[in-house]
Amino acid sequence: MFSGLMLNAWESASIVAVVAGVVGFFIVLRGSAFAAHALPNGAFAGAAGASLIGVDAIIGLAVFSILGAVTIAGLGRRARHDVATALVIVVMLGLGSLFLSMTTEYAPVIFSLLFGEVLGVSSSELVPIAAIGGVCIVAVLLAYRPLMFSSVMPDVAEARGVGRLRMEVVFLLVVALTTTMAVPVVGALLIFSLLISPAAAARSFTDRPLTAMGLSVLIALGTVWAAIALAYLSNLPIGFFVGSIGAGTYAVGRFWAARQRTRPSATAGAIGRRPIGLEVP
Amino acid sequence: MIVEPGFFSNLPVQTALLVGGVVAVVSGIVGTFTVMRGQSFAGHSLADIGTAGGSAAFLIGISPLFGFVAMNLMAAGVMEWIGIRRPRGRDLATGIVLGAALGLAALLLYLDTTVSSTTGATVNVLFGSIFTLPSSMIPVIVIFSVVAAGIVLAMYRPLILSSVSSDLATARGVHVRLVGIGYLTALALAVSLSAVTIGAILSTALLIGPAATALRVTNRPGRAALIASVIGVVATWLGVLLAYDSYYWFPSGGGWPVSFFVVTLIFLVYLASQLPFRARSKAAVRAGATEAA
Repeated sequence: MFSGLMLNAWESASIVAVVAGVVGFFIVLRGSAFAAHALPNGAFAGAAGASLIGVDAIIGLAVFSILGAVTIAGLGRRARHDVATALVIVVMLGLGSLFLSMTTEYAPVIFSLLFGEVLGVSSSELVPIAAIGGVCIVAVLLAYRPLMFSSVMPDVAEARGVGRLRMEVVFLLVVALTTTMAVPVVGALLIFSLLISPAAAARSFTDRPLTAMGLSVLIALGTVWAAIALAYLSNLPIGFFVGSIGAGTYAVGRFWAARQRTRPSATAGAIGRRPIGLEVP
Repeated sequence: MIVEPGFFSNLPVQTALLVGGVVAVVSGIVGTFTVMRGQSFAGHSLADIGTAGGSAAFLIGISPLFGFVAMNLMAAGVMEWIGIRRPRGRDLATGIVLGAALGLAALLLYLDTTVSSTTGATVNVLFGSIFTLPSSMIPVIVIFSVVAAGIVLAMYRPLILSSVSSDLATARGVHVRLVGIGYLTALALAVSLSAVTIGAILSTALLIGPAATALRVTNRPGRAALIASVIGVVATWLGVLLAYDSYYWFPSGGGWPVSFFVVTLIFLVYLASQLPFRARSKAAVRAGATEAA
């Protein structure tokens, strides 16, 4: 389970999990779950386009996810955000269906881009994955304070000179890079689970932002490790395990939070639950 | 030539025009409220979630439509239960259900391919095709459409009130939660219907695009639903026509997919509605309209 190709799987999946845990924390905080779904899904079309003109899939993923991020931020300025996101995802998928109709790619290739191919990651692919992952983490850490401010109190932040649109673009670009890095490993549909479930579960356990972020990384790591081990042992698709473990941890988190609220002996912090991160700026 | 030979006498084309038209009308009506309530993510997710139901139906050998409907009704119930009502938790509730359902879909699609030893099932369930519908499905599709549109029309006024302001609706004695559940049921039905017949891409495109465009043009929900339906039907029919014609565009090509054309048309109409027409006076617009007519 820990030799040769499997080692690549463990390493690449761990990198993806760490980045997903950090970026996912902000996705949950900002309520941008739809964008986190739309970018990987739409970038899948970019991979199809890249195979059509014969360049590396990761270039197609990068181009599409970055274009998608900018378009969502731009259209979302004038209209409802969820409408802009919905339109961007259908346009990208529409292009994807056009690209797919032009190629003779066999269906398993599509399946692996959607559901990931963590067991097929080669050593040469590890370098770009680690590099892009590093960029994502550094970007989040550099923009931590303004991003936190803008996510929790957008109006006050705007008044203090932290532009809402600017932060939105920065944040969506980080999501786009995460997408580019993660789709070849865990697939377009499952990076979404990894971005949402661990961060949402972590938020149920603690109100402190940095603790929640760390917890989110740990849960994400635990999820992928358990999923790889179970997929290896049972020969079933890894996506199934990522999805169900993710939903399971979220359910545990909700249950725990509900118990904390109803217990009379709960600590003061649990009684006066504030929205996460309010104390930061 | 605008219409290539055999367009109207072709049976798959006739079915596509009929089913596409019905689905576009229902999507326009339900979609208007989806946009007003800010539940586009739920509307899109149900199309993907239904995939799990569709692949389960494939596994046990029943029509995928029933799998989609059963799965989506369940998913809508869970979304409502874990908190789609609160604006802050709305996308998260949807996202958690979507993540879990996609995992299930990964398993079921995998099992499909091991059972039938072809991978066609994956592509079919994921992308659907308007040209491969059996015409025997038409009555079922029409019945589900009438039920979905009927739910919306039956609670038309309380639905509008609670979509605009849930506080106001509560004050007026509307059972907001019940209306929300009824609306999600209609959404689940409408999306199952469109996802299984025309594919997940077109399902979201027809649900959100025309409605968002219509709500830019008018503030009145009834009129918006009407305009959205018209835009949806015209885009679908033009898309089918263009896809049919595109078989003749390139000597070697196999034609371009319907979804590409319909999505592009809907997106262009939406972008046009975003342009600042308001700079022109109403009289000028009216004069322009009469000249054009």
